[in-house]
Amino acid sequence: MNLSPLSRRRLNLFKSNRRGFWSLWIFLALFLVSLFAELIANDKPIILKYNDEYYFPVFKAYSEKTFGGDFETQASYRDPFIAGLINDKGWMIWPPIRFSYTTINYDLGRPAPSPPTAVNWLGTDDQGRDVAARLIYGFRISVLFGLALTFFSSIIGIAAGAIQGYLGGWVDLVAQRLIEIWGGLPELFLLIILASIVTPNFWWLLGILLLFTWMSLTHLVRAEFLRARNFDYVKAARALGVAEWRIMLRHVLPNALVSSMTMVPFLMSGAVTALTTLDFLGFGLPPGSASLGELLLQGKSNPQAPWLGFTGFIVIAGLLVLIIFISEAVRDAFDPRKVLKA
Amino acid sequence: MSLLEVKDLRLTFEQPAPLPSFLAVQGASFTLEKGEMLALVGESGSGKSLTALACLGLQPEAARISGNINFAGEELVDAPQARLKAIRGKRIAMIFQEPMTALNPLHTISRQIEEMIQLHTQLTSQQRLARVLELLGQVGLAHFKDRLDAFPHELSGGERQRVMIAMAIANNPDILIADEPTTAVDVTVQLKILELLKALQAKLGMAILFITHDLTIVRRLADRVAVMSQGKLVEIGKVADVFAAPAHPYTQHLLVSEPKGIPLPLKNNNNTVISAQDLRVWFPIKKGFFGRVVGHIKAVNQLSITIPESYTLGVVGESGSGKTTLGFALLRLIKSQGRITFQGTDISSLKTNELRAFRQQMQPVFQDPFGSLNPRMTVRQIIGEGLEVHFPQLSENDRESRIDEILLEVGLSPDIKSRFAHEFSGGQRQRISIARAMVLHPKFVVLDEPTSALDLSVQAQILDLLKKLQEKWGLSYMFISHDLRVVRAIAHHIIVMYRGDIVEQGPAETIFANPQHDYTKALIKAAFMGDK
Repeated sequence: MNLSPLSRRRLNLFKSNRRGFWSLWIFLALFLVSLFAELIANDKPIILKYNDEYYFPVFKAYSEKTFGGDFETQASYRDPFIAGLINDKGWMIWPPIRFSYTTINYDLGRPAPSPPTAVNWLGTDDQGRDVAARLIYGFRISVLFGLALTFFSSIIGIAAGAIQGYLGGWVDLVAQRLIEIWGGLPELFLLIILASIVTPNFWWLLGILLLFTWMSLTHLVRAEFLRARNFDYVKAARALGVAEWRIMLRHVLPNALVSSMTMVPFLMSGAVTALTTLDFLGFGLPPGSASLGELLLQGKSNPQAPWLGFTGFIVIAGLLVLIIFISEAVRDAFDPRKVLKA
Repeated sequence: MSLLEVKDLRLTFEQPAPLPSFLAVQGASFTLEKGEMLALVGESGSGKSLTALACLGLQPEAARISGNINFAGEELVDAPQARLKAIRGKRIAMIFQEPMTALNPLHTISRQIEEMIQLHTQLTSQQRLARVLELLGQVGLAHFKDRLDAFPHELSGGERQRVMIAMAIANNPDILIADEPTTAVDVTVQLKILELLKALQAKLGMAILFITHDLTIVRRLADRVAVMSQGKLVEIGKVADVFAAPAHPYTQHLLVSEPKGIPLPLKNNNNTVISAQDLRVWFPIKKGFFGRVVGHIKAVNQLSITIPESYTLGVVGESGSGKTTLGFALLRLIKSQGRITFQGTDISSLKTNELRAFRQQMQPVFQDPFGSLNPRMTVRQIIGEGLEVHFPQLSENDRESRIDEILLEVGLSPDIKSRFAHEFSGGQRQRISIARAMVLHPKFVVLDEPTSALDLSVQAQILDLLKKLQEKWGLSYMFISHDLRVVRAIAHHIIVMYRGDIVEQGPAETIFANPQHDYTKALIKAAFMGDK
């Protein structure tokens, strides 16, 4: 790979922070695994053979009649009757966890929430749903939400900061005052009010949170642009007759991005926390969704079932710690004064 | 025994694995006798400042130090901090290059000088105050009795440097280390500071280790000179001996590279390239909520100039005199009032888009070769950018060959195209900067102190390059500088600016032979320090 010496130095600095480096790999591995949640925790087999034909229930819905059942509805593979029909004329390969995040385990033998067993590895919640399965799906949605929110708020924030900083003058003055007023709004209450007007889904929550998170990078980028627009090489470009938008994109933006890059991973941890908070308060994702905040809420309502609270706490704390460790390593990597130890 | 004896001093910086250790100072040995002035000369990065800092135990923490520094019988390398603290400021004191950052902006000057006394003596506060007054009198701070409570920002650059000197001599040190103490102040002030140092040395009998890259100062002031190059101390001896018969090739190179030579002979044509009538750049001073204009800072005040073809106009003046503003106003990079005519067209009221066609004809070259090149662009992108704007019809190959051509023209190899600017030295960067401007084949170039950030040996090369290009393409220059030695080597006509006005102008020879204005006289005296 052809890297400039500066990028190579940054990469080396990042690698030299062992904690952050390993955190990144652990995080990526967990994220990758959770992306395939349907193949790990599901109430349908991954593949089955019936009458010398192969079926893929995870990817395609088959009716019960396909396997000699009585109804047109989708086959319920966990039903002993259907399972028996299939196993008579073929076989099934199940995911390691035979529950999806909505699957209710009716064979608990004791009231839900039930403690961890060989079937429900982390126990069940108060509606008899498998905690391990909900955890994997919840982890996935938390990380995806965090990434999406970080991505969009970075784009909006950087664009807004760039325009203010580069143009300066009245645009900057007015925009800064608007941002100050907007930033002074009581965010949480507005979120709760908005969440009670619409039924929030993933995209609604993303949009609502975006209203308030885009400002975090604006000040930084604005300051960088204010500084950089007077650099000699920017003046030189202007003297060459280069168009203003091109000067912004080519000469100012790349240098302003360096300081933003150190902030971005911290935004991510903020985004994950925000979603968890809303879910915990009950204003987040629609009822029934797998989410880490909802798991925490269950832990709070069921102190007699400590596996709920502990699981939720450990996973959320672990996720945030990983992101913070990565953030620290990124911050170090972009620090020009950091000296590599021999 | 010598007062200070440095033997085989080495400073090494470790670098990440694949890179070798950086040997900043490689075995420097010299002595400093009581009451003498030793000049430490060398280019930036030659290790001269690090050597001096090591004498105070102030080398960067990352550096590995070895060798001996013997001060009055005491070993300073690896001496305990408590010992070093007792010596610093008391027996070895230091003056830094930039007095604005060396003084604490939150304390009054008397408080800062008093602190130096308080740290090392048992005097009562009244005795200390008396001593502060005595010191400020010694360093010649004007009206010092009324200005004890002044803050550093209320003083001028020269005055701040005087305060720094007062702090340094507060405890009558045996050794004063002066790290380029006059680089950051104007030339006219520079001379006064040097005279002050010399007078104080005679009076107090201290030894001075004077770090500089200015050979004129060395010749004028120092007793002995030590020359450093790339971390090695290559030559040491009496100033007269070294200047008369330099033994080491690097010293020889350094001595011949002082800016010399004369401007190109004038061609006999009077085609005006650019001219300005009644050019004004006034910055309004606003007050109150509604921004009422209460006055103006007159950066450039009603100037008229004319620059013919193949001609160099030298613009001289101290910092803040408006010379850079004038240059950028001519290029229409700063708003101005008045009429600017470029090759017969009035460009003073053209809009950005209409102006673009003229941009190809007039270009700037900046002072700081480190700030004027985008660190994220390769040499190819930097030089090619102007071609993209003004010659979009060029094919990729034609553009590449134009870039190659101009790189050869400015004395660089076309192989460097894919490298980034920070991989080059200051002189090479300035060549790239010049190539960026020249690749468009302009008629008029504003050179804003193009040599003042460069080492001495490189200055002469850049001047030669500029003259070569001028001869080849019939370029017109506006050469802005505060260094008259450089201006003399290139300019045909000189204007001297002072606070936005032209105080004197005329053909270069006339100005140098017979300066009229007091300010011009002071500038010439400072630049040549008597030796003409």
